[in-house]
Amino acid sequence: MSELFIINISIAILFLPLLGFAVVILFGKRFPKLYLFEVGIITINLLLSIYVMVVKFSSYINDALVYGFTWIDFGNVPLLGPLNIELGVKIDNVTVIMFFVVNLISMLVHVFSLEYMRGDKRFNRYFAYLGIFTFSMLGIVISHNLLMIYIFWELVGLSSYLLIGFWYEKKSASDAGKKAFIVNRIGDIGFFLGILILFTSYHTLTLDSIFAQIAAGNLPFDSAAWLTATGILIFLGAVGKSAQFPLHVWLPDAMEGPTPVSALIHAATMVAAGVYLVSRIFVMLTADAMLVIAVVGAFTSFMAATIALTQNDIKKVLAYSTVSQLGYMVMSLGVGAYAFALFHLVTHAFFKACLFLGSGSVIHAMHHEQDMRQMGGLRKKMPITYAAFLISTLAISGVPLTSGFLSKDGILAGSLAFGSLTGHWLIPILGFVVALMTAFYMFRLVIMTFHGEPKNQHKFDHAHESPFVMAMPLVILSVLSIFIWYTPLPHSPDAGWFLSSWVKTPHTVVPAELSYDFMISETPVVEDQYSEHAVVHSEKYTEAMHHAHYPAMFLSVFLGGLGILLAFTMYQWKKIDPDKLSNKLSWLYKFSLNKWYLDELYDATFVNPTIYLSKALAWFDNTIVDGIVNGAATVTKFFSAISGWFDTYIVDGFVNATAFFSGFVGIAFRKLQTGKVQTYIVLVVFSVLALIFIISPF
Amino acid sequence: MEVGLSHFLVVSTALFSLGIYGVVTRKNAVMVLMGIELILNAANINFIAFSRYGNFGLNGQAIALFVIVLAAAEAAIALAIVLNIYKTYNHVNVDEIEDLKE
Repeated sequence: MSELFIINISIAILFLPLLGFAVVILFGKRFPKLYLFEVGIITINLLLSIYVMVVKFSSYINDALVYGFTWIDFGNVPLLGPLNIELGVKIDNVTVIMFFVVNLISMLVHVFSLEYMRGDKRFNRYFAYLGIFTFSMLGIVISHNLLMIYIFWELVGLSSYLLIGFWYEKKSASDAGKKAFIVNRIGDIGFFLGILILFTSYHTLTLDSIFAQIAAGNLPFDSAAWLTATGILIFLGAVGKSAQFPLHVWLPDAMEGPTPVSALIHAATMVAAGVYLVSRIFVMLTADAMLVIAVVGAFTSFMAATIALTQNDIKKVLAYSTVSQLGYMVMSLGVGAYAFALFHLVTHAFFKACLFLGSGSVIHAMHHEQDMRQMGGLRKKMPITYAAFLISTLAISGVPLTSGFLSKDGILAGSLAFGSLTGHWLIPILGFVVALMTAFYMFRLVIMTFHGEPKNQHKFDHAHESPFVMAMPLVILSVLSIFIWYTPLPHSPDAGWFLSSWVKTPHTVVPAELSYDFMISETPVVEDQYSEHAVVHSEKYTEAMHHAHYPAMFLSVFLGGLGILLAFTMYQWKKIDPDKLSNKLSWLYKFSLNKWYLDELYDATFVNPTIYLSKALAWFDNTIVDGIVNGAATVTKFFSAISGWFDTYIVDGFVNATAFFSGFVGIAFRKLQTGKVQTYIVLVVFSVLALIFIISPF
Repeated sequence: MEVGLSHFLVVSTALFSLGIYGVVTRKNAVMVLMGIELILNAANINFIAFSRYGNFGLNGQAIALFVIVLAAAEAAIALAIVLNIYKTYNHVNVDEIEDLKE
């Protein structure tokens, strides 16, 4: 297996879903069964990505496979120097893992949708959109330069817009699509500015070249502040895509899309992109930028968890739990636990996809009822869904023996280590509070949905276990939420394949005085940007994490257990009445239920002023600008009228008068022409006589 | 009383006037032709008279002979035209022929 072969296969994996999209969107109307083509393509894609992953890990585990070519060479630009834009791919371990995760979840969502979306009038179009969504995400994962990442980034935005607003006949769905798109654009502006700063400073968009120049001591505009700013600006793009505070507001609304799409967005294709992007630029983050990222992540995580506590819509709870878990990942990158962030990205992808598909299964069974207060007791009716859902819930709650336990524990340990090394204790504290709340609200969801007595007997009677194509993805994903796939020892993620050999924290390229001292390795770094040998974790940080590992583990297990216990006490055994509690803490409850009033705040501060400004500008356009234009038109019309009157009456009048005169003369003289020769002769005779009298001298 | 130039001129003028009168007043095309003959002969009388009393040699008489020849030719052509008019209109009344108006 040559390297080029693997690269070619990876590029094929990238473009196959685009082919599926193109074929289905172009010929979907003619062949109603064409969606099977797209499902087939994504299955092939999954097999290919498994193949690539196996080959990569067996033969090239320490090498990144890079292929690039110069797309545009601007030559030697005056004032700037040599300038060129490279396109290319970089396939490292993270890439192949993401390839597998994205393709697997995309494939399961395709299969799940076969049943869930049955009978939809735009069935083929739906699958085509899934294809382009997968394509865009794979593009972000594989690109080795910022330009391609940005292009695919926007494609992700576009496809999410198409899918969230898929049922666009519903106003709320089309609004949600627009909201997702516009909110993402705000983050993208930051991303774009970051790209521009890097391009201006380094004249290239290839990430590795940029990192090499930073490592050589070139800072953007020779200023540490600009390097920090660049990191934060690019992170702003991730804030939009990965739904971090304050740009998280699109994600709960995105629940208007079909539920399998939510699974895809929340697990693999969209929100993962932001975390992935930050992980790509991780090495160029300064200490200040990392602190900002950590704080934003921790706060997002906390805020979303508090909102999730009181939501009654099953998908809304899951949406906020996604925001919360994404906050975890971002926080994890911010505190330097790079590998755990990616680890959590993967484990979260599986159990969150399972939770969303599970909720899709419930919603399908309950005939599109999403309010948990109408559910209950579904455990007996839907045993497979319940089992899968429960395993994923245990995973997200961080219960031992699950994948979520491993990754979450690592993130908490990382934040604890960060707290102990820098003194920013608020971040780990928020992290642990979130762990408690996560366990609570997830079990609240499970109990309200699957346990207890049915609240709506009619819908309960019609509920049924989902068919095979819907249950199968759930089972696969829940099985992937068990620890054994990641590590042989359920208490130690470090012993696992993922962390010990697959993903290693790359060494920072930021100058030593700008970075946290614990991020810098004491052993010298091998100067080889294309080799994963170069990645070395700093000993100091590793040691701190090692110290934090067991306290974090016990604390998180304790808090998770406490949350679960609390949920059972309140909702299963009814020892504490949740209604009384909410009445007692009325304003807190309302604050949470209304999502911190953030939507209202944005409406008041941004949306409404924008609308008023637009209206004012529209008024200005309609009255002033149009007035000027119309005034000019009126004046022109007036002068035209005068000119027209002059033409009609003076010029035409003159012409007509001439004609009339000629006609008059003609009429007068016509009488002379009788046609009788004799008359003419008389005239001639008299004329001659007259001439004689005139000419003659007398 | 000796016959002088003015006598001839009076006769020719009378003859010319009678010719004009005939040409203008007659309805019949043949009578119009006869009027034309009178006008021509009035002109001949003038030529001859000036030839006799003026100092011009025999030129006037020669021209008179040419005029007689021309008159014969003219009469032939004119009569042919009259015949054609008759064929077209079945009459030869010049005052009813107004085709020149068109």
